[in-house]
Order: sequence, then structure tokens, then C-alpha cells
Amino acid sequence: MRFRPGASGLALLAVCSLTLTACSAGSLGSSDDAGGSTAVEITYLIGNQEQDLKEAQQLTKDFTAKNPDVTVKLETRPAGSEGDNIVKTRLSTGDMTDVFAYNTGSLFQAIAPDKNLVAITDEPYIGDLDENFTRTVKSGDKIYGVPSGGFMGGAVLYSIPIYNKLGLTVPKTWAEFMANNAKIKAAGGGVAPVIQTYGETWTSQLFVLGDFHNVAVSEPDFADKYTKNQAKYATSPAAVKGFEHTQQVHDLGYQNKDFASAKLPDGLKMLATGKGAHYPILSGVVNDMVATNPNAAKDVGLFALPGDDASKNGLTVWTPGGIYIPNTTKDDKLEAAKKFLAFVASPDGCKSLAAAGVPTGPYAVKGCELPADVPQSIKDMQPYLDKEGGSSLALEFVSPVKGPSLEQITVEVGSGIRKGKDGAARYDEDVKKQAQQLGLAGW
Amino acid sequence: MTITSARPKSRSESNPAAPAAGRRFYTPYSFWFYLPTAVIYAVLFLIPTFASFYYSLTRWTLFDSNFIGFDNFVMFFQEPALVKGFTNTLVFAVVTSGSKVVLGLLLAVLLTSRIVGRSYLRSVVFFPVLVSTIGVGLTFQVLMNPERGLINGALGVIGIDGPGWLTDPSWALMSLALVDVWKGVGLATLIYIAGIVSIPREYMEAARVDGAGAWDSFWRIVLPLSRPATVTVIILSLIGGLRSFELIWAMTRGGPGFTSDVISSVIYKQYQAGFYGLSTAGNVILFLVVTLIVLPLNWFLNRKEVNL
Repeated sequence: MRFRPGASGLALLAVCSLTLTACSAGSLGSSDDAGGSTAVEITYLIGNQEQDLKEAQQLTKDFTAKNPDVTVKLETRPAGSEGDNIVKTRLSTGDMTDVFAYNTGSLFQAIAPDKNLVAITDEPYIGDLDENFTRTVKSGDKIYGVPSGGFMGGAVLYSIPIYNKLGLTVPKTWAEFMANNAKIKAAGGGVAPVIQTYGETWTSQLFVLGDFHNVAVSEPDFADKYTKNQAKYATSPAAVKGFEHTQQVHDLGYQNKDFASAKLPDGLKMLATGKGAHYPILSGVVNDMVATNPNAAKDVGLFALPGDDASKNGLTVWTPGGIYIPNTTKDDKLEAAKKFLAFVASPDGCKSLAAAGVPTGPYAVKGCELPADVPQSIKDMQPYLDKEGGSSLALEFVSPVKGPSLEQITVEVGSGIRKGKDGAARYDEDVKKQAQQLGLAGW
Repeated sequence: MTITSARPKSRSESNPAAPAAGRRFYTPYSFWFYLPTAVIYAVLFLIPTFASFYYSLTRWTLFDSNFIGFDNFVMFFQEPALVKGFTNTLVFAVVTSGSKVVLGLLLAVLLTSRIVGRSYLRSVVFFPVLVSTIGVGLTFQVLMNPERGLINGALGVIGIDGPGWLTDPSWALMSLALVDVWKGVGLATLIYIAGIVSIPREYMEAARVDGAGAWDSFWRIVLPLSRPATVTVIILSLIGGLRSFELIWAMTRGGPGFTSDVISSVIYKQYQAGFYGLSTAGNVILFLVVTLIVLPLNWFLNRKEVNL
């Protein structure tokens, strides 16, 4: 049997058109369903962590109660780098949902806000947002996002019963902190002075990241110089301390025995049940801890990471994540999306968030108050924030340079594989790639 | 992403029986008939491969890219994790490949001899090959937990204080290799069984008549005649070992710190961090490294086979 050229041409055409239609089918579907009825449905993309989901559900429920003509559909994505890639891919292909939640600060700059997002600088509620927050969702002089939760502190959670039993006081300097650790270790009873959980590597970074307030007060221009490649962790006497502290805690044997394999829930349990005294961590985990160990609400307190100077001791603060509108959202949906953002940035929005779970810290919207029954550890954050100069934003919010391997490096330093100073130098190598990727001057 | 299997050089050039290469091939189909396949091949394999060579020379986000020449390669070779990742990859590939050859051969000899429950034992050895790598990784991560894991629990019963299999830097890589061998030895055994079974029984009988013992038969008949099987096992497990990723990622993510990082996990972490150009450069390098190791090895081992 022979094929005529005509037939093979037809076959080719069929194959090619099949390929083509396969490519375009996905992009056709999304924009069709807007017109027609007065009810608008917008889609909101959030992370798939349990707490994120709970808060988003509460927010959309309360929002729809006030705006019956708008319904919000939730869509989830994985957390971490995987979720980052999904957000970036969907933005670059024009396939983003009408509203989405994403990081603020250095990661926010990486999604090219000027190119991809709708600016909300002229909205009436912008004046109500905390300035610390708006700084982290700003590109040029335009503001792009509203806060999707409270501030978080990078601090030490401590066991109040252990402190009471041993008659310890909250330390303001590193020396006092280590003296407390020594006493806790000497008291015995299987209590680990410092809880570390390297089974989940991100938890290892707090001695470095949470120490930034102390760096910022002793070298006020560190962040600026760091962005310009003029200051380094390894050569800055203040910044290198974070790495040295990590090493010190390991060298003196203050960590829990299973530090290498324990995970975050193990650490929280140790703290809540008095098997460990200190846990350097983000206050964002308090909600989980209280959910599994209700007594932790009053048994666990919080203090800022201690530095050299007691008078300058203060809290390093993480701003909440942001909620943004991509510029692919148009017409009715854009109006609805703006309404949604306005709701989130209002006291009603905060109330809604508080109803969904324990707040991670004070809200970034003026007129929002923390509920009276927040856990002790969250209450302990307030004095730092009220005091002038008592808190600083974490480095990742004041400089776009953040290396991806810090967690592995701090695990190495905290496990005794690498010395602190060496780890700092290694991290300086690591951030170079990020800076070059962003095209910063001086790298 | 750019890994394509190395294609052995066509034999037709050196084979005088093949029609003189050049103008006209004999083919049962009209050339048009190849076109759909060629289009698919080009779209799915050729274009991505060459695009990745280009993108490895750029610094790109998903939004735009700019050409920076060989900077990515320079940076990749300066990457502190790379040296560690590279030695780890080689160690891992050689250790797993070597153990699979030795264990696979021994198991195959056992499983081809007359023993009770032979087919049952064969399926037991082959079973781990069928299980998903991620599943195996997560299971062993639990089993190897230093405080609560079953392995150290069992060792504790007989008075041995087991190490932190995955958390102790000096053990992590070897533990991974151990699990990889456990999972992969079934395939090696299967290949060896096929090789041993295909050895004509006359050789063994002749050897026995000549007074050869079990050891001599093994050493002088089974081992040399299963050479093709050995070559296959070495090549397959070496390629597998050089690009191994899933097991390592599921069990340690290259940790603790960077002590069990291999090239592919270094590349993956760069991709995760958004350094797409850099990680593409890493993939190009991995492609070249695997080719440079496996092609000559393949040629060397197969040449010996012809000379037998």
C-alpha cells in the first residue's frame, strides 16, 4: 500500500492542529465566565497550611456576609519554594487567580510587582496600614498589598514553670541567657536548656535571623551596606554573633538530645510540657502549640533574642504576608477584588482573622486590637513594639538579599559540623547568587 | 531535565555487510511517514535540549532573561556545595553499583541453585524494586530515626547503641547507599539470574567430569560467562547512581547541612531558590559528566566482551 502525498499532508495537518489545540485549551477557559449576572465570583489563591486555610475561610465568609453580591472561591497551593514557583509561573503565563496571598519583603520583589500587579496606592485605607508593613509591599513609590495577618516575632519562647521553679529572670543579654542555661542544665531532670529541631531545617535559623535587631542597633547601616556588598556577615562583629551563638549552644551541650531529628511539633511539645526551657522560633507557631497543648497559652512566654547590650535589647519582627491583585484581573472582578482587599485592611478584617485562630502578633492595620485572651507569649511581644526603638524589621524586609542555604548552614553550625565563623563566611558566598540574580549593583 | 540516554554509535559504518552508507537507504515506508514522529521528537526532546543549552548561558527569571555568557558555569564551579556534591555523587554511584554487582551475583547464584522455596525467595528479593522510591525513602526515614526508629530499637535489644543513621554526618551518605542497594539489588539479581540460566548446562557437566568443585565452577564458568550481565548491571546502576535524587531528597534533603548532597540535589536546590539559569547550567554539566563517564565505560566493557 502506498500513501498519496495528499493523505500524508492531511495526517501532518491533523497532528499539528491537535498539538496546537492542546496548547490553547487551558487559556481559553478562565476569562469566559465573567459577564452576565450581577453576582461576581472571584478566586483567591492561598497557601495550603492549616492555619492559612482557616483564616482564609473565615475572611471570605465574613466578607461575603457584608458583600452578598461577591463570592470568593478559595484555591490552595503548596507552601515554600514549590508554592513560589507556582505563583511565579501563573503570573508569567497570565493565569493567576483574581486575588492571591504571597510573601512580603525580599521575596515579593522577585515577582516583578511593577509588571504583574495592580497598585493600590490610592485606595482610602492605605493610611490605616502600618508603615513597617507598607515598606515591604512597595516597589518604587507604589504600594501593592494589604496584610493577611499579624506581625510575627522572631524570639525565644520559654517555659514559665521552669523559670519559676529555678527562680530565673528573663535575660536581656547573651551572658545572662547562657547563665540561665547553665542553671537549667545543672538542675537536671532531663530538661534541655535550648530546644533545637533540625528535622525541619528552617527552625535552625532563629539565632541568626532573630538576632537582627541587635545587629541593627549596633551597626545601623548594616542592611544598606549589606545590600551594596559592602558589609558581610563574616566580617561584621555584630552580625557574626548569630552564627557564633548557634555554635556555642551546641558546643556547651545545651541542646535536646534528639536535636538532629526532632521536628517542629516535637519542639513545641517539649516546651509546652516542660521538657525544654527555651525554643528560639517565630511566634507564628504559637497557634499550633496552643491548639495541641492548651496549657501552653499561659505556661509559655516570649522574650527577644538577647544581645550584648541590655539597654538596647529588642525584638526582631516579621511583617505579615500580603494579599495582592494581579493585573490580569479586570472589570467587575477587579472591583470585587478591591472590595475584598479593603475588607481585609479594615478592623472587621482583623476581627475575622482573630476569630479563625490565635493571632501571631499585633495587626498591621490601625484600629485593630488583639483580643484580650491571647496567649501569654503573644502578649509579651506588645511591650517591645510599644517601646521606641524596641523592635526592628528582620533583615529580609530591609534588604532584598537573602541566600537560600542559610538553613542548611545553621544546621551545620548547630550540629558541630562547621564552626560559626566559617558558617558566616559560607553564607556570604550563598547570598552572592541571590544578589546577582536580582541584578543589584556592586556584586 | 536534559538527560537523554546515550545512544551507541551506529554499527553500520564498520559493518561491510550494510549497504554502502549514503544516498539511498532501503526503507519500507515513505519518508513522509516519519514526519509525525520526527515532529514529536523535535518538540519534546530536541528543542528542550538545545533550549537548555542556551538558557544555561542566561540569567533568567520566569519573566525575562538576559545573556551572561559562561558566568553560570563559572559560578556553578565555585559553588561550595559542588565539590562535596560531586565527591558524594561519585562515592554513592561507585558504592551502590559495586554492592549491587557483588550482592546481585551472590543472590543470583543462590536463587538459581536447588533450594527450598526458590520462586518465593526470588519474589522477595525483587519486591523492593516495585515499591515507589519516595515511599521507600519515607519508610526508612522513620525506621532509621535515631531515638524512635525500629532499627536502633532492635540494635538496642542486643546491646548496640546505633548511630544517627541519617543525622550523623559520617553515616548519612552510607545509610542512603544502603537503602538504595536494598531497593535496587532485586533488579541486579534478576539480570544475573537471566545470565546464569542461559549458561549451557553442558559446561557445568563437563567441568564436573573434569573434577571441578563448586568454587572452580563458579570462578571459571559462571563468573566469566555472566559477563554481559555484569556489564549491564554496572552500566545501569552507575547511571542510576550518578543521577540518583528521589531517595536522597526523600530521606535527608542533602542534610544534615550539606553532607549528603549529590549533584542533582544541588541543582534542585538552585532551581528551588529561583536561580534557573544556574541550575540549567548544572544540568548541562551533569549531562556531560554522565556521558563522559558512561560512554567510555560502556565502550571499554563491551570491547572486552567482544574479545572473549
